[in-house]
Amino acid sequence: MVYDKFLYLVTTHSLTKNCEMDTIVIIGNGIAGVSAARHIRKLSDKRIIIVSAETDYFFSRTALMYVYMGHMKFEHTQPYENWFWKKNRIELVKAYVSKVDTSKKELILDGSEILAYDKLILATGSKPNKFGWPGQDLPGVQGLYSKQDLDLMEINAPNKNVCKRAVIVGGGLIGIEMAEMLRTRDIPVTFLVREKSFWNGVLPDGESAMISEHILDHHIDLRLGTNLKAIVPDENGRAKSIIVEETGEEIACDLVGLTAGVSPNIDFLKDSGIELGRGIKVNRYLETNIPDIYAIGDCAEQHEGIGNRRPIEAVWYTGRMMGETVAQTICGNRIQYKPGHWFNSAKFLDIEYQTYGWVFSKRGRKDYEAHFHWRHPSENICITVAFHKESEQFLGINTFGIRMRHEVFDRWLTEERNVDHIMEHLADANFDPEFYRHHEKDILAKYNLDNGKSIRPKKKSLKRIFV
Amino acid sequence: MNSIDVELDNPPTYDRSMALTGQPPVTMSWKQKLAVLIGMFGLSIVLLAAFNLSFPNKSFWFSVAMLSIVSGTVWFAWEAYMHKHPGIKNDGVWFKSVSSLGFWGWIVGIALTGFYIVLYFYPEYLGLVKDGDNKGIIALFDPLSRILSGNPASQWFVYGTLYTVGILAFGIKFLWKYRHNRYERIRTFSVMFFQLSFAFLIPEFMARLNGHKVVDGGNIPYLDLKLMWPLNYYNFESYRIKGFLSSGNIGFAMLIFSILLIFVISPILTYKYGKRWYCSWVCGCGALAETVGDPFRQLSDKSLRAWKIERWVIHSVVVFVTLMTTAVIYSYLGNDSSKYWLTKTTFLIGVAVLLTTIFALVMLFKRDEFKKDAKFGAIGYFIIIMALIAFHFFSNDGHVFLFKSGTLRKTYSFLIGSIFSGVIGTGFYPILGNRPWCRFGCPMAAILGFQQRLFSKFRITTNGGQCISCGNCSTYCEMGIDVRAYAQKGENIVRSSCVGCGICSAVCPRGVLKLENGPLKGRIDSNQVLLGNDVDLMKLVNSK
Repeated sequence: MVYDKFLYLVTTHSLTKNCEMDTIVIIGNGIAGVSAARHIRKLSDKRIIIVSAETDYFFSRTALMYVYMGHMKFEHTQPYENWFWKKNRIELVKAYVSKVDTSKKELILDGSEILAYDKLILATGSKPNKFGWPGQDLPGVQGLYSKQDLDLMEINAPNKNVCKRAVIVGGGLIGIEMAEMLRTRDIPVTFLVREKSFWNGVLPDGESAMISEHILDHHIDLRLGTNLKAIVPDENGRAKSIIVEETGEEIACDLVGLTAGVSPNIDFLKDSGIELGRGIKVNRYLETNIPDIYAIGDCAEQHEGIGNRRPIEAVWYTGRMMGETVAQTICGNRIQYKPGHWFNSAKFLDIEYQTYGWVFSKRGRKDYEAHFHWRHPSENICITVAFHKESEQFLGINTFGIRMRHEVFDRWLTEERNVDHIMEHLADANFDPEFYRHHEKDILAKYNLDNGKSIRPKKKSLKRIFV
Repeated sequence: MNSIDVELDNPPTYDRSMALTGQPPVTMSWKQKLAVLIGMFGLSIVLLAAFNLSFPNKSFWFSVAMLSIVSGTVWFAWEAYMHKHPGIKNDGVWFKSVSSLGFWGWIVGIALTGFYIVLYFYPEYLGLVKDGDNKGIIALFDPLSRILSGNPASQWFVYGTLYTVGILAFGIKFLWKYRHNRYERIRTFSVMFFQLSFAFLIPEFMARLNGHKVVDGGNIPYLDLKLMWPLNYYNFESYRIKGFLSSGNIGFAMLIFSILLIFVISPILTYKYGKRWYCSWVCGCGALAETVGDPFRQLSDKSLRAWKIERWVIHSVVVFVTLMTTAVIYSYLGNDSSKYWLTKTTFLIGVAVLLTTIFALVMLFKRDEFKKDAKFGAIGYFIIIMALIAFHFFSNDGHVFLFKSGTLRKTYSFLIGSIFSGVIGTGFYPILGNRPWCRFGCPMAAILGFQQRLFSKFRITTNGGQCISCGNCSTYCEMGIDVRAYAQKGENIVRSSCVGCGICSAVCPRGVLKLENGPLKGRIDSNQVLLGNDVDLMKLVNSK
């Protein structure tokens, strides 16, 4: 790697005491770090430096799968053209931060170069979880998180001749993405999932069942209630098979995908004096225990989860919002990180999923939480609505195969609407493309039947939607 | 560094050479290979005809050729999509040579370009014979032409037939590819219907009316009823006006309809639905782009630079076509108002008044929606047109706008009508994406786009904060709109170039985009309305 061109960056922060000329260093060029940089630039003339060892430019991590599948080239995952950074005076440094010296306010880059900062934003993201499985670090074993993981996948599984079978361990969103990717190259996939039904730690049973069926429909060898015992090396020290915990079965494979979740990427901070838990501990202002050091995105850990949210949220939009928030604070307007109503979305092979508010799985279900579930008789479409048992207040909705309008559900959640109101006005919230078949009538018929009610659906009203 | 890091110093990319030997998702099944052969067989019959191989039974061989092309395409599509689950079918698009500017992409591009050059400039190679029986390819198409219109075929009939066959065959492919998406299916039925009936069959049947008493023995000029000025820039030329006026009430009604179409009907429809009602539901150029051109949509340039070039080029074409049409109409009008109310002078004043009114109204009410360069461009072009009209008034030298109307007409027809819309517009599909004409050249698209941007209920709504910036929408936008740039900020997409094909919405994995017609208020959010953050922060972010 060439450092020469970045040598000019080795500045002394004592040079400028003027606050406006603070040097803000951001470690990590993911959505959190880049959002922070963009908003600091909007609000100020501070010097902004982003350090990343991963790629030259910001890209959308969530889109890596589409590069392997041939839907996009890697360039297409970059939301800004390359001139954007210079034009907005955001300096990009490609280097690995080996150490943070909080007393001198300096970073050590690649073990030797020094980069001084006035304010430091840690946005280092995550790394794939490994749970101490024998053989977990062998060649041929990998996660799917970084650009490097994508490149590695092209080596480990370029086609079905080189990779005769892949085994994926861990049934979450990345696991199913990886399975989908490999299937586009016709590579047989065995998918080990610890749970009795796919992702049922998050999804209610009906939905989890539908997704499990869909995975099987895509000719993925889904093994539910199955754990990994060990990964076996061949004579060259490369992974050649895995052993199943429950049965002792050995499955030959050329790629082992470890997709059992992610955890904050904070190893380099161990002796820095910054308070760490599973992630970097921050208060509601996203400040760490050390002044002038902030943490945002996947790597930040709230002392306590906000509302029903988890203390660590590895979600695209929370990274973006934390970036926007910390930019305000750094530019002199100290504000708390206050995420609004929970929402999220994903795609399981061909089935789109959206959620607004809270719908818990069987495992996480609150004692006050009642569910209404409807599933289309023939197509992969279903919804689950959560509401309060006594007050009938609407708590949240999961939809599969139906798109919903964020703005409308956000409004209903803020207004603490009754579940009957939601069911009556469901057409207002539909966000499917024009001419799609609507299911509100069928949904409501089932709702009335389940709950002994006689609500009639209201027609979609533009006036109500665009208030 | 461990061994893996060393390997990664040269990041691998998909191995294209491997792809040629047939690795999924690029590989073709033997059935698909056979389907390609059948289609190629049909094309080769047409090609052989070009070399004057005389086919004993033209009707038979013509039918065999067309059937082979259609069945080859349809079988290929069936094999490609129907064994898979309904859903997005873009696997391997950037690995396939033909759809990623690879070897086959260039070959197809060169072949198409060559075809257009022959079609426009050397129709004799297709077998066109002046004052005699057709030969070659055109002769092969004679039997069908005689059935439809009663006349022998021309190079334009050959082109129209192949064009329609292409839209129908690839239309079926598109219908299967997007069979989970009703918007795409209904839209595709619509373009297939309008191409087959309005663009292809009805004008041929209408030709049979010529000389008939229904049209008072007149000659209706060849007319695709759904085509409007300035796309059919020639529609108000002298010979056509004479044709319309010679054809009794029917001819007159058609002329009136042509005028209403551009001045009344299209503004109303564009106001209600956006320009998509035309560009991706009715238009023949759009039909070809959306069906035959669909494999190339991802090749359009999304850079800011391309957008700048697009705006200057397409609006210059509008100015050109306006000047040209004005000059042509002016050239055949008379000076004597007692003979006919519309004289050279009244016409020119009328044009000046119309343009000034539009310019003044837009500058008065909508000027805030223009960026600086758009304002300069508008004002500059307005001054040029008005200066030319004034110049003419004061100099009064036979022809308007410095050049002879005939010269303007010929230049436009050559540069825009042939080179831009045909050779580049379709020939360059595999290079520039499937809508280079619609994006950079079509004056109709520019006018409808102008209405869509400023006076329409249409927008692509962004669904709050759900966007993950993946880039599928921008990649698959055939018009080169960087859809993601808006979606990731929570902004609606209101762009004059958007033809409303709906593919951005279809390929979005998170359900972020919806084409819809809604109230004008709040249609263009310049604010970054990102739901999820609490209201205070949003206020701060938006206040900038």
